[in-house]
Amino acid sequence: MSDHLSPSWTISTRTGRSSASMLVILILVVLAIAAPLFVSRSVVQDLFFIMTMLVLTQCWNLLAGYAGLVSVGQQAFVGFGAYAMFAGVSLLGMDPMAAIMLGGLAALALSVPTAFFVFRLQGAYFAIGTWVIAEIVRLSLAQWKALGGGTGTSLPSGATRDMLGVRFVADLLGVRGPQATDIICYWLALLLAVVTIGSIYKLLRSKQGLGLAAVRDNREAARSVGVDPLLTKSFVYLVAALATGLTGALIYVQKARISPDAAFSVPDWTAYVIFIVVIGGIGTIEGPIIGVIVFYILRSLLADYGSWYLLILGLIGILIMLFAPRGLWGLFTDRTGFQLFPVRRILAGQPKTKDIRGSD
Amino acid sequence: MSWLDTIIQGILLGGLYALFAAGLSLVFGIMRLVNLAHGDLIVLAAFLVLLLVSALGLNPFAAAAVALPVMFALGWALQFLVLNRTLGNDILPPLLVTFGLSVVIQNGLLEGFSADSRRISVGALETASLKIGPVSIGAMPLLTFLSAVGVIVALNLVFYRTPLGRAFRATSDDSATAGLMGIRAERIFATATGLAMMVVTIAALYLGTRANFDPTMGPARLIYAFEAVIIGGLGSFWGTLAGGIIIGVAQTVGAAINPEWQILAGHIAFLLVLVVRPRGLFPRAVD
Repeated sequence: MSDHLSPSWTISTRTGRSSASMLVILILVVLAIAAPLFVSRSVVQDLFFIMTMLVLTQCWNLLAGYAGLVSVGQQAFVGFGAYAMFAGVSLLGMDPMAAIMLGGLAALALSVPTAFFVFRLQGAYFAIGTWVIAEIVRLSLAQWKALGGGTGTSLPSGATRDMLGVRFVADLLGVRGPQATDIICYWLALLLAVVTIGSIYKLLRSKQGLGLAAVRDNREAARSVGVDPLLTKSFVYLVAALATGLTGALIYVQKARISPDAAFSVPDWTAYVIFIVVIGGIGTIEGPIIGVIVFYILRSLLADYGSWYLLILGLIGILIMLFAPRGLWGLFTDRTGFQLFPVRRILAGQPKTKDIRGSD
Repeated sequence: MSWLDTIIQGILLGGLYALFAAGLSLVFGIMRLVNLAHGDLIVLAAFLVLLLVSALGLNPFAAAAVALPVMFALGWALQFLVLNRTLGNDILPPLLVTFGLSVVIQNGLLEGFSADSRRISVGALETASLKIGPVSIGAMPLLTFLSAVGVIVALNLVFYRTPLGRAFRATSDDSATAGLMGIRAERIFATATGLAMMVVTIAALYLGTRANFDPTMGPARLIYAFEAVIIGGLGSFWGTLAGGIIIGVAQTVGAAINPEWQILAGHIAFLLVLVVRPRGLFPRAVD
């Protein structure tokens, strides 16, 4: 039977239009790198916020949309990464840039024992289990008196001003120190976002990515053909923790002030993230990108209305989940068939009639 | 004997947590639905009782009695119109819709009632206490615990001794076959959530009268409730009571050692049980 798949068949995930759009994405990334040259400081800060939310949402989407791990506790890794960065800078005197790496590694280290607990749980149990772990980490760090206990602390003054590269950027672009810090944070966030999206795209097109989708769609069938769900899921969970921790550390370099309630905030690091992914389209790479843009526009429009903002976001999330569970991007692809990051495998090529006759 | 006192206070506190958890246990046991808005619905019910007390000048217990049918109707409608649409093999829709609901209720309450702490006054009962040997027991904590036991007994009676309970169990086991016997699953589910909201109202009465409450405290109550359900084991109401008591005792013992450790100790007790018995102490249903 396998002879029918003669060598002239190829399996590809690329489509003509997606190759063209890759070029557009490349241009957009170059523009994003150059953005600080043209725009004001507040726009750079907004772009920083968008990039960090993009990383957080891509990570959560990878967990929930592809690996079937609905976590309500990703704030554990945001907060832990941020606290590790603070410890590195305030207590060990590290450069913030190195401390961001420390934050990512600390979150990765935390994810190992966490995975040990929560992977014993399925579905909804898993969701609450991750939440409990996040609460435990928050309550424990609130006991850390050297970092301000429950009330929190600030980065030592001058720490971010002397950060690696700040002087160079300040001289190069002719801007003041704090603005140069913002620009470096933005570039790091951009780098993180591009690497995260690139890695997730690469993963989903690989054999492991196919296995992940197979496990999500039918666990038993996937196991019967030898896909080990636990191994793949654990890998995804650890990688998501690393990227989330790096982002948390980066966010708090820019904020320069931390407290347990803010660093482990469920609305900021989990509710927003979930709504962005749901509104954009869960289980796609494009969804979180669309979601972040919609989220940013809504935030600008409703910023003055306080809790109405979250209320409306929640209502939109519920309505989308009930009536368009594949989100805005799902609605769009259903009508156009267009995919920016195609991961579906397409069989392409011509059967050689001669070969088929020969095999029969 | 301060340790004896600590443990007794913990058991009584466990009664409150069992009340938080009983409604969750009922809904979870019948339709495998985890309502992430459960804690916020408790707080919503507490505000409803508060509103009835302050607007109509009712006694809190009478106000709760008035709130019972209102909350039943709310739960019935919520299940029938919204949550039934999310049920299925995919776990994402129920989790994400109820999470959205949690955020909506929380922020709706913040808009309506502000972030101020409230309390429902029950007059002299607040300070009344019984002295038994060396231990003195507050009237309200004791009443909470007895109500929890009463709710558990009532739920067990409904579940195992009535036609409604038979329908609950049948739908839970195999809703397709139950449907062939003329049981309409969507109505059974709606009734179950309605019942759960009545338990929520009783829980809200004690939440509001024993301590201050505000719109943002729902998620923490959800976590305690869920921990109690998992510790007790899926589908066992008495297990849920035991789970509540374990969380309650762990919290009071933790607080006795260091006041900052109260909540942490409860969570750690939950993790320890999970490591030793992943399916809880008294699992009844298989899932």
